[in-house]
Amino acid sequence: MSSTAETIARDTPATAADGPAVLISGLYKWYGEFQVLADVNLEVARGERIVICGPSGSGKSTLIRCINALEPFQRGSIVVDGVSVTDDLKRIDEVRREVGMVFQQFNLFPHLTVLENCTLAPIHVRKMPRKEAEEIAMRYLARVRIPEQAHKYPAQLSGGQQQRVAIARSLCMAPKIMMFDEPTSALDPEMVKEVLDTMVSLAETGMTMLCVTHEMGFARQVADRVVFMDEGQIVEINTPAEFFTNPRHERTRTFLGQILG
Amino acid sequence: MTDLAMPAHKSVAFVRTTPAPRVPRPPLPGGPLHWVRTNLFPTPFNGLLTLLVVLLFVWTVPPLVRFLFIDAVWMGTSRDACLPSAANPDPGACWAFVRTWFSFFIYGPYPMAERWRVDVFFALLAFGTAWLLWLDAPRRGLGAAFFFLVLPVVSFVLLSGFPAIGLPTVDTASWGGLLVTLVVASVGIVVSLPAGILLALGRRSTMPAVRLFSIGFIELVRGVPLITVLFMASVMLPLFVPPAWSPDKLLRALVGIAIFASAYMAEVVRAGLQSIPKGQYEAANALGLGYWRTLGLVVLPQALRVTIPNIVNNTIALFKDTTLVFFVGIFDFLRTIEIARVDPNWATPVTSTTGYAFAAIFYFVACHFMSRYATGIERRLAAGDRR
Repeated sequence: MSSTAETIARDTPATAADGPAVLISGLYKWYGEFQVLADVNLEVARGERIVICGPSGSGKSTLIRCINALEPFQRGSIVVDGVSVTDDLKRIDEVRREVGMVFQQFNLFPHLTVLENCTLAPIHVRKMPRKEAEEIAMRYLARVRIPEQAHKYPAQLSGGQQQRVAIARSLCMAPKIMMFDEPTSALDPEMVKEVLDTMVSLAETGMTMLCVTHEMGFARQVADRVVFMDEGQIVEINTPAEFFTNPRHERTRTFLGQILG
Repeated sequence: MTDLAMPAHKSVAFVRTTPAPRVPRPPLPGGPLHWVRTNLFPTPFNGLLTLLVVLLFVWTVPPLVRFLFIDAVWMGTSRDACLPSAANPDPGACWAFVRTWFSFFIYGPYPMAERWRVDVFFALLAFGTAWLLWLDAPRRGLGAAFFFLVLPVVSFVLLSGFPAIGLPTVDTASWGGLLVTLVVASVGIVVSLPAGILLALGRRSTMPAVRLFSIGFIELVRGVPLITVLFMASVMLPLFVPPAWSPDKLLRALVGIAIFASAYMAEVVRAGLQSIPKGQYEAANALGLGYWRTLGLVVLPQALRVTIPNIVNNTIALFKDTTLVFFVGIFDFLRTIEIARVDPNWATPVTSTTGYAFAAIFYFVACHFMSRYATGIERRLAAGDRR
């Protein structure tokens, strides 16, 4: 893992915190009495692409939602780009500015046009002039190949297009890390590919990515490492080549047997 | 399934070789007779209902039209015009009375020389309301600022006077009529919308003190009739506060109305807030928009949009409720009619009926326009939610 991380780290500009992009140590989380995460340790290097998979209810979404503090956790620590995720609201917003997130249900703002969706946070959080924000937004909309939809409202777009807008909206904040929470699970089958293609091309730019997904083809093609979770724990971490051809843990073998047939 | 549905010799596979033809739709049955049969007399019971409604119509509408228009007296300078005479043995509405008293209904006892100030207030209010209600108007943010910030201050200076800039003071005791009704209603709206939003947010807050206060305020006020709130404000308050400090009578009623309207508005806004999916908050948070920006830029614009019909309905109720200030001695529109109808100059059998008919028409027209507006917005929201 370290060798991959280092080759990419050379291309990324050094920041104040030259450590890992995300460092999760000894993370525990409970919903009431029910334990959803247990002893999660994960270090994500800059530029690294991680795919998190596992059966439903295994805590994958909860884990990445802890990283940008959409969910609180009760034990352990998460450090994102040198900033520790705590209860301090100022710190949390600092982290959230640097971490883009794409949701299963897109969560575009329906009362704003595609372009306004993309410029909202840059203008109000980054204090960017409107004109500059719009230029950047148009650049990213072109990159996800829907610049012609800029002045439509989200409800006028297909699911695949909406999800690509959501990706562009996150990218407009120039995040250092992008997280995807099952980005293709709510899509019609024929739209999955356009979203995955967008994610692949994003991966090619050297973006640090954490993807919760069931798309094993994507994992094979893009991931540096695959993380397999079950019952709130990380069961196995490996390179995709090893993970798919030579799974070590019994639970991983059962899971792969079920989803790959 | 194929065994049952198809003869054995048919293949289970199908491949289309020629595209299905596009044919015009067959004509629908039409004509007026068809419409009458399907809409008015589809079943014996429905036919009976149709006949009953028609009878009710015949029974009520012609006498009403006769009273309001045909037999009505339009011209005249005193009660003689509206008394039974040879030409008009059974006079209808005495509109001449309304014409004579009309300016009193609008301005109340507001000094004659200063009434232009009231007219300016009406114009500003109409302008601000139109700007706020027209959803596609340019610079709506500015319109809201005008309505909620500029309008109250300007109106206050204009109506109560400011001797330093040449506007003589007019005591609120001489405000009256439509002026007071509109002042009370618009103060109710202007205060209740922001206060209602804050209370609704407070009720959903995670801070126990804020939540407890909001719930307590809303439930307490909603559990008390408006007339009680008004009596409390105008009768009880002076008992506790020294007379010199006791605020203006109209102001006390305004505070009562505003408190009452805010509690109801809070519940309407809360319903709107609850209709916003959690994902909207999460997406906004994930972009780094904090609590207030998430509310102001993402949640409230959507929540208020879906709440507009309910806000307008609330406004209609509030507009009619303003007549209750009558009981604490304030000259609202209804009170001016109440005063005018006992004028001995116009003492006729139809004077009171005419006055009340005029009030009914006024309130109906005003409320009907508001309700039409709410319906229009609802239709627009229902039309595919394109925005």
